[in-house]
Amino acid sequence: MFLKKDFILFVGIILVAILAMLLILPTWTKNGEKICIMIDGTLYGEYSLSQNQTIIVNEPLGYNKIIIENGAVYMDEADCPDKYCMKYKPIKNNSETIICLPHKLVLEVKGENNVSQVDVIVP
Amino acid sequence: MKIKNIAYCAMLTTLAMIFGYVEALIPFQFGLPGIKLGVANIVIVIALYLLPAGQVFAIQGMRIILVSFLFGNMSMMLYSLAGGFLSLSIMLILKKTNWFSMVGISVVGGVSHNIGQLIVAAFVVQNLKVAFYVPALLIAGLITGCLIGMLAYKIKPILEQYLK
Repeated sequence: MFLKKDFILFVGIILVAILAMLLILPTWTKNGEKICIMIDGTLYGEYSLSQNQTIIVNEPLGYNKIIIENGAVYMDEADCPDKYCMKYKPIKNNSETIICLPHKLVLEVKGENNVSQVDVIVP
Repeated sequence: MKIKNIAYCAMLTTLAMIFGYVEALIPFQFGLPGIKLGVANIVIVIALYLLPAGQVFAIQGMRIILVSFLFGNMSMMLYSLAGGFLSLSIMLILKKTNWFSMVGISVVGGVSHNIGQLIVAAFVVQNLKVAFYVPALLIAGLITGCLIGMLAYKIKPILEQYLK
């Protein structure tokens, strides 16, 4: 059923996954300060994570209700067809995201000073 | 195209559609939104070994368009087409090299299917942050591709008796 090269392939994929994981992890673990909501690539608004609030996004692309509670943010309601965005667990760490693809909405947690973050690595 | 081949094409397309539907019925969660087993790919992997390349493309295209129209929406079709055709193309190329077994080909298909969808997702939301999904999708593609490949490996000889 398996050939030798299959296992080389499997190990290769796992190595790439671990490498990608290592690149991503450092930006992940820090607690975020605020959230940014992007719709269709443009900034919709920024909200502080430290105060409890409810954000209603009512755009032509769709309706989303985002709740900030105890320093964590989650999608409470959405009228998108797949509802994947509502299945995310509440997020609070730097660079974590909740994405609602049908509404082209990206919700990202950011730290106060995000300047040190690397944009692109050119080999 | 022989009439026999047209019949096989139609049969495999229907089978792939039914698999897609059955999968939608079973609540099978991997813990991450958007990751699923992709049972319909059993049909594609087997067809890859039994039918000429053009017909496999036809089956994949018909399956995605029909399933999207019946149970999904336009955005689902866009993602499926990108993932479906990228994975099928890469599987075909690597199959020609004879480096990998059926399981290996299926794993390549599973991983590239996920990557294809991720590329479309990055374009749609105009944000490279979807790259956060890469490790999870690679591992998910590896596991599901492996399962699908092993199933296809077992089913193919049985199916072959009837298709020849």
